[in-house]
Amino acid sequence: MTTARTKSLPSADAGPLAQRTPVLNALRSRKLWLAVLGWSIAGVIFFPIFWMVLTGFKTEAAAIAEPSLIFSPTLDSYAAVQGRADYFKFAMNSVVVAFGSTLAALLIAIPSAYSMAFLPTKRTKGTLLWMLSTKMLPPVGVLVPIYLLFRDVGLLDTRTGLTIVYTLMNLPIVVWMLYTFFKDLPKDILEAGRMDGASTFQEVLFLLLPLTLPGIASTGLLSVILSWNEAFWSLNLTSSQAAPLTAYIASFSSPEGLFWAKLSAASTMAIAPILVFGWLTQKQMVRGLTFGAVK
Amino acid sequence: MKVTRALPLAGIAAVGAAAAHAETITVATVNNNDMVIMQSLTDAFEQAHPGIELDWVVLEENVLRQRLTTDIATGGGQFDVMTIGTYEVPIWAERDWLAPLDDLPEAYQVDDLLQSVRDGLSENGTLHALPFYGESSMMYYRQDLFDEAGIEVPEQPTWEQVRDWAMQLHRPGEETYGICLRGKPGWGENMAFVSTLVNTFGGRWFDMDWQPQIDSPAWQEAIAFYVDLLGNYGPPGASSNGFNENLALFSRGNCAMWVDATSAAGKLYDPDESEVADKLGFAPAPVAETPKGSHWLWSWALAIPASSDAKEAAREFITWATSQEYVELVGEREGWTSVPPGTRVSTYENPNYQEAAPFADFVLSAIQGADPTDSTLEPNPYVGVQFVGIPEFQSVGTQVGQMIASALSGQRPVDQALQAAQRATQRTMERAGYLD
Repeated sequence: MTTARTKSLPSADAGPLAQRTPVLNALRSRKLWLAVLGWSIAGVIFFPIFWMVLTGFKTEAAAIAEPSLIFSPTLDSYAAVQGRADYFKFAMNSVVVAFGSTLAALLIAIPSAYSMAFLPTKRTKGTLLWMLSTKMLPPVGVLVPIYLLFRDVGLLDTRTGLTIVYTLMNLPIVVWMLYTFFKDLPKDILEAGRMDGASTFQEVLFLLLPLTLPGIASTGLLSVILSWNEAFWSLNLTSSQAAPLTAYIASFSSPEGLFWAKLSAASTMAIAPILVFGWLTQKQMVRGLTFGAVK
Repeated sequence: MKVTRALPLAGIAAVGAAAAHAETITVATVNNNDMVIMQSLTDAFEQAHPGIELDWVVLEENVLRQRLTTDIATGGGQFDVMTIGTYEVPIWAERDWLAPLDDLPEAYQVDDLLQSVRDGLSENGTLHALPFYGESSMMYYRQDLFDEAGIEVPEQPTWEQVRDWAMQLHRPGEETYGICLRGKPGWGENMAFVSTLVNTFGGRWFDMDWQPQIDSPAWQEAIAFYVDLLGNYGPPGASSNGFNENLALFSRGNCAMWVDATSAAGKLYDPDESEVADKLGFAPAPVAETPKGSHWLWSWALAIPASSDAKEAAREFITWATSQEYVELVGEREGWTSVPPGTRVSTYENPNYQEAAPFADFVLSAIQGADPTDSTLEPNPYVGVQFVGIPEFQSVGTQVGQMIASALSGQRPVDQALQAAQRATQRTMERAGYLD
């Protein structure tokens, strides 16, 4: 959208003018270069996904042959992939766990971010940093304790168990993001509500949440995407019942034999739901990510 | 939201109803073709054993290994059947992690299992896993190219000859390379091959006091030979080629020779998968100083973890999946080149298999000729041909594999790579308490 506008506007309105004034000319070529740069970066980022989708429609032999854009597409890989494992079972696990953990994380993070943003103590900064520091620990370091704990309470290979882990995994990021969004909200608005007799709960529900909704939405979206893509815990804590799509993809890689087309087909199916979801919500996401940036 | 809530409940209800009188066993396995066939025969098993249902967990080999190790070391009990290799079985059995498999039913015909494979899966004479398929290594070559060049392959080729042939047949301009070998670093990738090469050049991983021998003249000679051979007469980028990449190269006709697993034979002979099916020659893995340890022994086996709570049902399953009856079932349904090779004498005596697989006798004698307990010229303290049967070997082997790959890609000279490998191995062994 933006690039189209930057390209068309100067040429249509300022075309003849630009030929005469070098300043405008320079401006125009700068915009053009920026557009080219933007599209190139987008192309580079998108290329692996494009290639994966393409490979999913090739035969195994074509998938490993000289890279080529011309081939006769086939659905064989999709048929083979669906014949081997039930995609919907895995997809449903992914949906339940990703959205469940995001909901849980938001429920915990909203009150805590509220208290940190509006009622800070001298330890608030330290607490925030400490929370973030837990993200710096390599997850494999706590695998065995968590595995033992889950074994004893019967949470191995359950959606509840995986949801708990994802909630805890994303909580620091969710709290941090909400904290920055909440902090940008003028305190006076909440104070005005309090003057009108709103309780803390009403204050959060009727003032804070509606005003920071874009921020909360983009935080939630990020949390969903992070949970959707998480592979370490899902591979290690589930086996057959609660395994999400990451485990589904992992089952198509093989040390013997050809598997690239099938793996690509499985990966395409695994990212399709989240891709569609991201597409539908991209407006909120961009709005949320730039929320508070221009004041 | 309604949909997401209702569907899993419906799913649980359906599973609950079906499982009311059936025991479910969870089988963890890798995504190799033979295992995919096993998975596709789930119905056949469940029909014959109405009380048991199978649940599959299929993972990539390295992920599976890590996942299973976590579960078995913590007694997690998530799996009832595990697919593991000859490397893990003795190590895990020693720690009492696997249920011993004595008193196998008469009908299973345990004596029909190939002796060397059986030995590899036993600890103190007791089987702890049943072989699903077994393999050794051998040399494949392009009969048409060899005929054209007038090369006659003797009954037992030597590595010197292989180098001469590779030199003669190397035509990079036509995308035909003299030889393809594993180069991708990893204890189960390049080091499986490199260990056999070192063995036949008269080297060994450790002496009887567990002192690493990687800086010995035999290693120097073997690795210098390997780097020269594969570097000069191999495909470009050989240091990132593993089994799969070489299989693809060879079956597209890009390699004149390839030394790798015997289990590739079935795929190379399948005209649907291979363009060289009708011009394939094979020979034993080449030798140099000694025939000892010149070809490897590996088997994928099914084991029952001690933490399983459905051991009886699991036993039913593994005795079925490794039985003669299963081999026949696969032969009839999928064709005889697809049967799991390298486990039973009866498979090799079967006329159907002999007819479909001209390489059968050859593979059999390669497997029978591999002795994991006596694989090097000088004595060694370990069990294993292409690996060392100690837990530390995964990290040692992969580390050394990376250094050899760096020598192959020309990042550093062979002697420097081997010295670095020697130092790294020495450190690991000291830390693990093998050395004073």
